Amino acid sequence: MEEKIIEIQHVSKSFGDKNVLRDINLYVKKGEFITLLGPSGCGKTTLLRMIAGFLQPDEGGILMDGKDITGMPPHLRRLNTVFQRYALFPHLDVYDNIAFGLKLKKTPEEEIDKKVRRVLKLVSMSDYEDRDVESLSGGQQQRIAIARAIVNQPEILLLDEPLAALDLKMRKDMQIELKEMHRKLGITFIYVTHDQEEALTLSDTIVVMNEGRIQQIGTPIDIYNEPVNCFVADFIGESNILKGRMLRDRRVAFIKHEFDCVDEGFGEDVPVDVVVRPEDIYFTTDPDRCQFRAKVNSCTFKGVHYEMWVDTDTGYELMIQDYDPYPVGTEVMLYIDPDDIQVMKKERVANVYDARVTGAGKVTFLDTEFACDTEGFAEGDAVQATVSFEKVDLLDNEETADLTGHVAVILYMGDHYHLTVKTETGENIWVDTNDIWDKGDFVGIKILPEDIRLSKPADRHE
Amino acid sequence: MSKRSSWALPYFIFLVLFVVMPLVLILFYALQDSSGHFTLSNITKFFTDKDALSTFALSIEVALENTVLCILIGYPTAYILADKSLNRSAVTVVLFILPMWVNALMRTLATAELFTMAGITLGKGTLLFGMCYDYLPFMIYPIYNVLAKMDKSYAEAAQDLGARPWQVFAKVTLPLSMPGVISGVMMVFMPTVSTFAISEFLTNNKIKLFGTIIQENINNSMWNYGAALALIMLVIIGITTFFQKDDGSEAAGGAL
Repeated sequence: MEEKIIEIQHVSKSFGDKNVLRDINLYVKKGEFITLLGPSGCGKTTLLRMIAGFLQPDEGGILMDGKDITGMPPHLRRLNTVFQRYALFPHLDVYDNIAFGLKLKKTPEEEIDKKVRRVLKLVSMSDYEDRDVESLSGGQQQRIAIARAIVNQPEILLLDEPLAALDLKMRKDMQIELKEMHRKLGITFIYVTHDQEEALTLSDTIVVMNEGRIQQIGTPIDIYNEPVNCFVADFIGESNILKGRMLRDRRVAFIKHEFDCVDEGFGEDVPVDVVVRPEDIYFTTDPDRCQFRAKVNSCTFKGVHYEMWVDTDTGYELMIQDYDPYPVGTEVMLYIDPDDIQVMKKERVANVYDARVTGAGKVTFLDTEFACDTEGFAEGDAVQATVSFEKVDLLDNEETADLTGHVAVILYMGDHYHLTVKTETGENIWVDTNDIWDKGDFVGIKILPEDIRLSKPADRHE
Repeated sequence: MSKRSSWALPYFIFLVLFVVMPLVLILFYALQDSSGHFTLSNITKFFTDKDALSTFALSIEVALENTVLCILIGYPTAYILADKSLNRSAVTVVLFILPMWVNALMRTLATAELFTMAGITLGKGTLLFGMCYDYLPFMIYPIYNVLAKMDKSYAEAAQDLGARPWQVFAKVTLPLSMPGVISGVMMVFMPTVSTFAISEFLTNNKIKLFGTIIQENINNSMWNYGAALALIMLVIIGITTFFQKDDGSEAAGGAL
């Protein structure tokens, strides 16, 4: 059985009233290259800083080799960190930066000398011992930061977006070198990044995080081929995310066509989300294989492949990647392999809020009072207010709006956009719309009285 | 371009009138005898005058003591002020700077009055107290500035590499905050050498400092010798400033 070097158990953390991490459970196997991946603000750096010992969890604990290290100060932990902006000591030269940890441990001079030279060779920076760290380029500083950490022979190396400050070419080279270093050293790497491609290239295991929660843990191939929800599908690689309906086991409908798939156990006639990667939609000339027809509306060369957008005969827009281009306007026949259709349980089917009846015809939720039909409920009743995604109106002025918010996430679903709008109080409203908004747009939100459905809290069905 | 540069004219006139002219005048007077002939006797007089030399030595000594005292009190204060977990409010920082808004002469007079009221004899102790009280903010502020701006990741990197809290301080925080200390030293040491009001009020003129003899000479219309002494002090200050070398940028950040 593989040894768990780090175990994170039910860890939660808030800064003020913002929950940065919510009930994180995770283990890291000895010797693996694990990546915490997510957009900025997802809590990945906070989690890394907890493992390093710079932050304490509000709840839960962290174990190393089975022993609780939650309260242990950083200088006693047998791990080292490569900081985002390297944090090389500007008052010391390259040699003294690398020797810093060894000198603290009272290592004999000769041994320090040997070790420093060895790691300098490992990071291909021999002959740089006497250089001033500030005279080095970003990539060189990066290497010295890694050397300074690994010279102490830690059991775990923590890397906090170490390549973020480098240019693309340099980043690619360093990725290969990091992977090589991981292989040579044989120690555990815990890596934090927001770059999905970097994560896919480097990792043995990827932990996808969003809004303080782990979304999915798996190998790069698992995460790419079988994303568990729309967030992961959208964040990792390109994808066509579509509304679908599971008709029965191994049969799913989307873009108004029916397809065979390999998923089972969703039940019959259940709404689902479907992900199809753009490289998994194939062109065919054989009418028997054709599952649906479409017309190419754009075709762009992307280096290795062509990226094409097609309009299906049923009015959906899909992205396709293929090595062969089809000119704009071409009528094409397409098919998708059952294996390549990833069906996901819908996370939600409508907006549901805890609400309170605040008068005849008035209900309050999202810190806002709305007019609606309150028949059957008395003032002061706690109720559940349900608003379907397409019934939320977004306005570009706030005068006539009920409340305001910012567009936080945009998903294109083939024929409409599915937006996550964050209100001023930090709550989410999900909206289906045909209008084009940009991420970060300030929007007014309006919900009409007839679109709010009230129910008793107990009636809530997941 | 010539149009642009004409905008600088008022500043140029100001500089000439209030900076260059007085300096030239000092040089002029220092190298003249009372009847207006060129001489070096004012300078040589200082180097042969035992009283003047011992006053000068005392001034340096007091200034050194005051500087050390200011570092000993000012560094920990600045450290606490810059530590966000110990000091959450900018108001405390302002409170430490606030005394500088009150005229130094008034503060010194008030301090002297307090000592008299408490029945403490005025002497070197009260002099050092007054100097330290007057110049402490000039030490705290530049150090505070450097510490507050210091990237926290340096300290974290040191911790990460196995340094205990005191080692983090000794090996990283202290060396990295040296520009602030140097800037503080400049701002405390040099003015203390030339001060005369503090020594006058807080020792009842029992202790004379270099600034005092310059002031006395000038008050007694011995302009030439006074100017020579002022020139000597200027040169010394110039030399110490020269030692400051390349930390100009940080020092500027420390200025008020």
